[in-house]
Amino acid sequence: MSSAAKRALLAPVVDDNPVTLHVLGICSALAVTTSLLPSLYMCLALTVVATLANTAVSAIRHILPTSIRIIVQMTIIASLVIVVDESLKAFAFETSRELSVFVGLIITNCIVLGRTESFASKNRVGLSFLDGIGNGLGYSVILILVASTRELLGAGTLLGYAILPTVADGGWYSPNGMMLLPPSAFFVIGLIIWAVRTWKAEQVEKPEFRIHEVHRTEAL
Amino acid sequence: MGNYVELFIKAVFVENLALSFFLGMCTFLAVSKRIQTAFGLGAAVIVVQLITVPTNTFLYHYVLEEGALAWAGLPDVDLSFLGLVTYIGVIAAMVQILEMVLDRYFPPLFHALGIYLPLITVNCAILGGTLFSVQRDYTMPESIVYGIGSGFGWALALVGLAGIREKLKYSDVPAGLQGLGITFIIVGLMSLGFMAFAGIQL
Repeated sequence: MSSAAKRALLAPVVDDNPVTLHVLGICSALAVTTSLLPSLYMCLALTVVATLANTAVSAIRHILPTSIRIIVQMTIIASLVIVVDESLKAFAFETSRELSVFVGLIITNCIVLGRTESFASKNRVGLSFLDGIGNGLGYSVILILVASTRELLGAGTLLGYAILPTVADGGWYSPNGMMLLPPSAFFVIGLIIWAVRTWKAEQVEKPEFRIHEVHRTEAL
Repeated sequence: MGNYVELFIKAVFVENLALSFFLGMCTFLAVSKRIQTAFGLGAAVIVVQLITVPTNTFLYHYVLEEGALAWAGLPDVDLSFLGLVTYIGVIAAMVQILEMVLDRYFPPLFHALGIYLPLITVNCAILGGTLFSVQRDYTMPESIVYGIGSGFGWALALVGLAGIREKLKYSDVPAGLQGLGITFIIVGLMSLGFMAFAGIQL
C-alpha cells in the first residue's frame, strides 16, 4: 500500500480524528451512545455512507460545476442515507426504532459533507474511497469508546450481557444512572479529548489569554 | 391554547434540541465564542425553523404519507421513503429564498446574519426539528409552535454557552482541556442544569 493510501486510511483514526480534532459529526456521536448495539449500527451506517459518498463525488469531480456542487453532494448523500435507512428498517427494525431520527441525520452529519467537500472533490477515486473508510473508522473509534463507557457504567452491561453484576440482580455494582442521561455523553467526550491531547500534545489548542504573575516592578 | 403553551415550554426546556438531543452540535460548538455572533446565529435558526418545520410537516401530511395523495386520486401511493431528500431540499431552498428576501428587503438584518444563513442548511437542529415533528405526527398548528419553540430553545442554549465561554477565556484551563475539551465539559454541566426541567408536569 502506498504511503498516501495508508495516510488516507489511518490518519483519521487518531492523528486527524474527525470528532475530537475537527469537531465534526458530534450530534450523533453523543445521541446514540447510551448503549453499544445501536452505536455499532450507527458506525456501520456512517462508514458506508461516507465511503460511498466520497467515491461517488470523487468519480464525478471533473464534470461537476463548482457553483452547484454542494446541492449535488447533498442529493448524493441524501439518496445514500435513504438506502441505508430503508435497509436498517428491513433487517434491524428494533435498532432502527431506537436510533429514530439519527440515521436520517447522517445527511447533515458534517463528517460526510466535510470529507466530500474537502477531500473527495480534489482526489482520485481510490484515495477517496480509503479516506471515507478512514473517517468512518475514526468516528467509530470514538463512538464505541463513549458507548462502552456509558453502557458499562450506566447499566453494568455490554451489548446486553451483564459484565458488572448489578445490585438489583444480587451482584455488587450499583449502576450510575447519570451515565445514561445526556450530560454524561459530553463529559465522556470531554475526557476522551483530554486523554488524546495529553498523548498527542501537538493537538492542544493555544489559549487566547495567558494569566501570568507580574512582578511588582514590571507593573509600574 | 393550553396545550400549545405546554408544547412550547416542552420544546424550549425539557426537550431542548441542543442539550438533550445533541442536535446542531457542530455549529453550537464552533459559533459560541462570542455572544454577539451567537445572537445572530440564534435568530437565524429561529426564523428558518419557523418556516421549514411547518412546511415539511405539511408536505409529509399532504404529499408523502401513505394515502396522502388521495386528493389527487392516488390513494395507494406511498412516497414516505422520499422524505429525507424532500426535507433537505426544502431546507436548502428555504434558506436560499430567505437569503434573497432578506438581501432585498432587510439589508441590515441580511448583513447581520451574513455567513450564518448558508451554514444553517447543514445544521442538524433544523433537519432534526422536521424529523421529530413528522415522527410525532404533529398537526399543522402544533408544528408551527414546535418550530418556534425548538428554534428558541436552541438559540437560548447557544447564547448561554457563548456567555460562559466569553468569561472562560480568562481562566487557567489545563493544557489538554484547552478549547474544545473544556467546552464539552461546560455543555455537559449546562445540560445537567436543563435536566432539572425534565420532571416538570405542566
